[in-house]
Amino acid sequence: MSPRARLGLFALAGPGLLAVLVIGFLGLPAFGDYHGVYGLVVDGVELGERHATDMVTALNFDVRAFDTLGEEYLLFASVVGVVVLLRQLRGEHDDERGEAEREDGEGGERDGHDGSEHAFAGASDALRGLSLVLVPMLIALGVYLVIHGALTPGGGFQGGVVLAAGPIAVLVAGRYLAMKRLAPDWALEALEAAGAGAYALLGLGGLVLAGVFMKNFLPLGIPGHLLSAGSMPLNSIGVGLEVTGAFLLVWSEFLDQALLVRRGADG
Amino acid sequence: MSVVQAVALLTVACAGTAVVLIGEPLRQILALGVYGLTLTVLFFALQAPDVALSEIVVSSLGLPLIAIAALRKIRQQERRHEQDERRG
Repeated sequence: MSPRARLGLFALAGPGLLAVLVIGFLGLPAFGDYHGVYGLVVDGVELGERHATDMVTALNFDVRAFDTLGEEYLLFASVVGVVVLLRQLRGEHDDERGEAEREDGEGGERDGHDGSEHAFAGASDALRGLSLVLVPMLIALGVYLVIHGALTPGGGFQGGVVLAAGPIAVLVAGRYLAMKRLAPDWALEALEAAGAGAYALLGLGGLVLAGVFMKNFLPLGIPGHLLSAGSMPLNSIGVGLEVTGAFLLVWSEFLDQALLVRRGADG
Repeated sequence: MSVVQAVALLTVACAGTAVVLIGEPLRQILALGVYGLTLTVLFFALQAPDVALSEIVVSSLGLPLIAIAALRKIRQQERRHEQDERRG
């Protein structure tokens, strides 16, 4: 199609699209206009029958707890997929390079790089100091968000990502290998699996003790107290552990790809 | 709509446009982080603190780290291709 024909087509279709959009926008409800019943029901039920004060967390871990289980394992499966894919590629790559080096004999001496050396050391002293302060603060904030999921805004997902940011602050200081020591891959894998397993087990606990999968089976406590809202804090901790492990695992796989300088790869 | 909400909406529009107009990938990632911050303020102004928290952790941490790592990897490979070509 020539540019002229395209322009002609747009001259016809453009005003039509604009008209449809204008008609559509005119029919929208006013800003902030809310007619849903669902929200009002959740507000009434979750405080009265579950003693939770943060409705979003209550929605995630009680009203639609089963959907959250699906989301949990969605994250789990996608992280496992990324890890399997990247580790496989890295293995192939290493083999290929290794063979090339054996062939030309002195190939490994091209540069002074050791296989484990990392090429990310440009952090200033100010950045290093700041990140040192940030590590405990991020971890404290993450723990707070996770365990107060049913009380205040936040919850397992948000707190989990903040927790995962703790070791990342070590990376920002230019210490990638120190970060790897703080959060080794095997520990992250265990953390992710344990979190995902804990959430499913809580669901099974509901099936065994209360007769329905994912039904609350713990004492409800007083609304607003740390130990209240039944199994929601435990659900939140399970999700928090899984999200921490999942994010750190994906990040460290990507950063392995980008930061670790392999023999002969970056000379 | 309150003044705070209107200002937050306008900031989101400006930041979003900036992300589209910036061509250089690294700067674009940083602008995307700022855009996420403006969205966070908007969600907070619309009384959705849970969504605001999710937005800030994903847009200022989750996405940029992966994007920066991927960008670095691409540049490494470009450099290597150049060297291979020079070596013959």
